[in-house]
Amino acid sequence: MRMRTVEISVGAFMLAGIIALVLLALNVSGLNLASQGDTYKVYARFENVGGLTPRSKVTMSGVQIGQVTAIHLDTEMLMAKVELDIHKDVDYLSIDSSAQILTAGLLGEQYIGITVGAEDDVLADGDVIEDTQSALVLEELVGKFLFNEVSE
Amino acid sequence: MLNFLQNLGHAGLKRVAAVGRSGQMLAQAVIAKPAPLEMLPLLIKQIYFVGVLSLIIIVVSGLFIGMVLGLQGYTILVDYGSEQAVGQMVALSLVRELAPVVAALLFAGRAGSALTAEIGLMKATEQLSSLEMIGVDPLRRIIAPRFWAGFICLPILATIFSLVGIWGGAIVGIDWLGIYEGSFWANMQNSVDFGEDILNGLIKAVVFGFVVTWVAVFQGYDCLPTSEGISQATTRTVVYSSLAVLGLDFVLTALMFGDF
Repeated sequence: MRMRTVEISVGAFMLAGIIALVLLALNVSGLNLASQGDTYKVYARFENVGGLTPRSKVTMSGVQIGQVTAIHLDTEMLMAKVELDIHKDVDYLSIDSSAQILTAGLLGEQYIGITVGAEDDVLADGDVIEDTQSALVLEELVGKFLFNEVSE
Repeated sequence: MLNFLQNLGHAGLKRVAAVGRSGQMLAQAVIAKPAPLEMLPLLIKQIYFVGVLSLIIIVVSGLFIGMVLGLQGYTILVDYGSEQAVGQMVALSLVRELAPVVAALLFAGRAGSALTAEIGLMKATEQLSSLEMIGVDPLRRIIAPRFWAGFICLPILATIFSLVGIWGGAIVGIDWLGIYEGSFWANMQNSVDFGEDILNGLIKAVVFGFVVTWVAVFQGYDCLPTSEGISQATTRTVVYSSLAVLGLDFVLTALMFGDF
């Protein structure tokens, strides 16, 4: 009987360790194994992606609808090409939708906000969002501001 | 002068010999004669003593460290208006650094010293040599299960430590200080990476578990079989394993997160 309680508590201890690891993986690192399959890819070209990184959020009206999976340089157009994974059930993004790089708070992370346009046709897998607005780069803003001050 | 050099050389040789003996002990106990099925009941009993009974101190200190991190992080970050980053700060510092290190230090104090004292007393009361007399290998029967138990338990304890710590940080941050819950978790999930942060923290805990139990078991096995010898060995266990954990932590952090 004594040995049995020892065995049970050891088993519970090991299980607690495994559960803790799973919880860490899912809740803390946001590892998401389930939603890999039901997304489609959309591309967007930006002049400047600023601090956008893979795994950044893609949102519509502030609600997350997908995430950035890759960012690389488009060598033909010399712009950044961003690959977005959008949830399959968000299938109403019209082809004239626009994508903006936004910042959460003053110092927060950067994410992509999508605004739907007026066309009837919708974006399908592999399509490119044409209408984009680059990240705000603080140095550029300061530069513009100084330039305006001088020219006045 | 000559005497000094002689003493120095003697001390140095003694240290090197001790390292050699510890390696020999480990090899004989763990590598040379694996008998996993026979050992399982012994191992379970040791995991109970080493792991399950350490759970309370790990959970309580994890909770408080998480809460302190949340509180400290909030008072600093609120000046910059970015108190949502508290979640990120608490999670990263716990998962990468504090959970493996603090859990290993507590483990050395709670379980390592107990292992040393137990084995040392077995040696002093000649239980180890009696085992040998009746044809049971003490390395296999006494040392191996204790070593494996420590090796298995510390990663589990460190994982529980991070989880409880993050929970403590969330209690302080969200419930008491009123950080918006969504941005607390979202910031954390955006910045913590499973492979980069959680697995690396786990690797650290595995290494520390190995080192701390090795030191503890060896100090017990190698101590002078007197009451003074046992007390010295227990002290040495805590000192050496704490130093080893802190030193190795720097090396591992440099390997994992530095750009070498």
